[in-house]
Amino acid sequence: MAEVEKKLETKNLTISLGPQHPATHGVLRLVLELDGETVVKCTPYVGYLHRGIEKLSEYKTYLQIIPITDRLDYISSLSNNIGYCVAVEKLFAIEVPERADFIRTITAEMTRIASHLLWLATHALDLGAMTVFLYAFREREWIIDLFEKLCGARLTVSYARIGGVRNDVPEGWLKDLYNFTEEFPKRIEEYETLIDQNRIWFKRTKGIGVISAEEAINWGLSGPTLRGSGVPYDVRKFMPYAAYNKIEWEVPIGKNGDVYDRYRCRMEELRQSNRIIRQCIEKIPDGPVMADAPKFTLPPKDKVLSDIEHLIHQFVLITKGPMTAPIGEIYSAIEAPKGELGFYIVSDGTGKPYRMKIRAPSFVHASVLPRLCIGHLVADVIANIGTIDIVLGECDR
Amino acid sequence: MTEFFKTILPPVIANSPILDILVIIIKVFIVVNFAMINGMYLSYVERKVIGHMQVRLGPMRTGPHGILQPIADGIKLFFKEDIIPANADKPIFFIAPVISLTAALATLAVIPFWEDFIIADINIGILYILALSSLGAYGIILAGWASNSKYSFLGGLRSSAQVLSYEIAMGLSLVGVMLLAGSANLLDIVKAQENMPFGMYLFVQPIGFFVFFMAALAETNRAPFDLPEAESELVAGYFVEYSGMRFALFYAAEYIGMVLMSFLAAICFLGGWKGPDFWFFSKVPPVIWLLIKVYAFIFFYLWIRATLPRYRYDQLMGLGWKLFIPLTLANILITGLVKLLIET
Repeated sequence: MAEVEKKLETKNLTISLGPQHPATHGVLRLVLELDGETVVKCTPYVGYLHRGIEKLSEYKTYLQIIPITDRLDYISSLSNNIGYCVAVEKLFAIEVPERADFIRTITAEMTRIASHLLWLATHALDLGAMTVFLYAFREREWIIDLFEKLCGARLTVSYARIGGVRNDVPEGWLKDLYNFTEEFPKRIEEYETLIDQNRIWFKRTKGIGVISAEEAINWGLSGPTLRGSGVPYDVRKFMPYAAYNKIEWEVPIGKNGDVYDRYRCRMEELRQSNRIIRQCIEKIPDGPVMADAPKFTLPPKDKVLSDIEHLIHQFVLITKGPMTAPIGEIYSAIEAPKGELGFYIVSDGTGKPYRMKIRAPSFVHASVLPRLCIGHLVADVIANIGTIDIVLGECDR
Repeated sequence: MTEFFKTILPPVIANSPILDILVIIIKVFIVVNFAMINGMYLSYVERKVIGHMQVRLGPMRTGPHGILQPIADGIKLFFKEDIIPANADKPIFFIAPVISLTAALATLAVIPFWEDFIIADINIGILYILALSSLGAYGIILAGWASNSKYSFLGGLRSSAQVLSYEIAMGLSLVGVMLLAGSANLLDIVKAQENMPFGMYLFVQPIGFFVFFMAALAETNRAPFDLPEAESELVAGYFVEYSGMRFALFYAAEYIGMVLMSFLAAICFLGGWKGPDFWFFSKVPPVIWLLIKVYAFIFFYLWIRATLPRYRYDQLMGLGWKLFIPLTLANILITGLVKLLIET
């Protein structure tokens, strides 16, 4: 008998999940070592979407970087724009007009809704609930249409500018958005009727991918992925930017730190975002949407076309960047839908940043995948990839 | 049908066994075509029904409301390149989809469409169906193994485990019906349901029906038990390496399996081809009643797919072994006891 046992060795099965796989949300590649269906080892490989954004930024003027930041987390491009602009404004000490702050808050929350809807859609689809997918896309389409009305682009909006936003909101746009916020809470309930009280959904999400508060902090998690474990850390509350300190809202947190709690967290955030947008629409003041900082912001277009000095000024700003940029370095973070999105910028006084480092939440979150997956089944790997909500554009940069 | 041929054919043929063979061939031809067309159009109906449930339209381009979509799909798959992985075990790779489809089609032989239309009226109808649907699992396992791909292999393993465990639950859930009817012949089962409430076993065997329904979902690898082909985990499961016509054979087998399970449900639990016997309902041909029941059942299949998330592999097995099998065993015990009490 012992001889037979010696001959019959079992071998773990190594499979490569991704980079082309329907559930890896882009080009994430996980090399899984399976014992039966249990994961023994999980190694995430990133970099399939590396475009060298950080290095590229060193060769672009501060203005030219804005469209590049769109390509970080392409589902919530406006958050990246705002994150970058907030960092540069702090570095240059530019005061942003209040109206622009409110518009930024509104659009950032719209982005958050769009991003969370896409997360909900794909997360539910990964777990087999395919109808939620299309319901969520219906509302996302609505938001994207509103973005199109606002700035002409649907996904890569490049709407924020250093010192404000590109243009004021079009006439009637706030009304349209208000209609959306009236309707949206009902739609959230619609998604919840499909999955929230579903026994199968409970079984697939409760007690899966558990991570304690302490461990979550040690792993550097942020955003809803951290708040699901019960840590009420939100950059919007702790280091307010834009107009977040002027309105009332709460930070939803979870308790158990499992897939279900993170799901509940994001669902509540959808409601809170809706609430923030409504308050902003009610409170938004009149005024300019660009800061009065001629050294760093582009002159108005009509003056450029009629006045030679403004034309020269625009030409210099566009081709060489703001030549009077103060020397220094800054780290500034915002709460992107995925988590804490930080920009570390070093300025050497030229029109281009000397170094730009992006603290991408997706990159940090991808690193926690082995911790969440080992010891669980293959199906839970899919649930875990969904729950940390990563976008590989941001992860690989 | 035999009588009809006897009147038109010369007596030499009419009185020889050739006639019987001829009649069977015609019946087989009808049933196979019916099953194939059903399988084809089920894909269309599935896309349409789920589409409308998900606030979209489903196929719209091929013909009015996309009615020709299955034909277009069929033609496309037929002309696709038949890709065979370099390391595949070729003979088994070739034969696996054939086993799947043959097993699915052969099962239809014992399905009575109405009283006089059944290809093989054998006295172990239910056992025959269970046996052949287990045989169908061979197609899946062999496909998973022969593809020599890790994903297909996992899909094949999952499927074999799933089909084997749910086969038990399904078999046991049908035991209640067999006990009540006193026969495993599908014709007898339908006839025995006449004096039941509403002419159906559904109301005297609710647990049996429930377990049968769940097991039928698992047997045919449908949501929420579609683990062998869970697209978000295993991409397409056991047939991930298949393309073209062989892929289509698997697909056809799956859909015919659905049709078959619906037939079985309609016959064993919903009173088969018998309809309500009043007003103009009594004038509706029996086969129409059977088809109404079958399609209602299929609609449930699709509805569930559009609504529910997917179970995890271990949860599925737990559900099968820890809930369904004890439930059906209790059901058998109670059914047997009640029958014994009534008869004595």
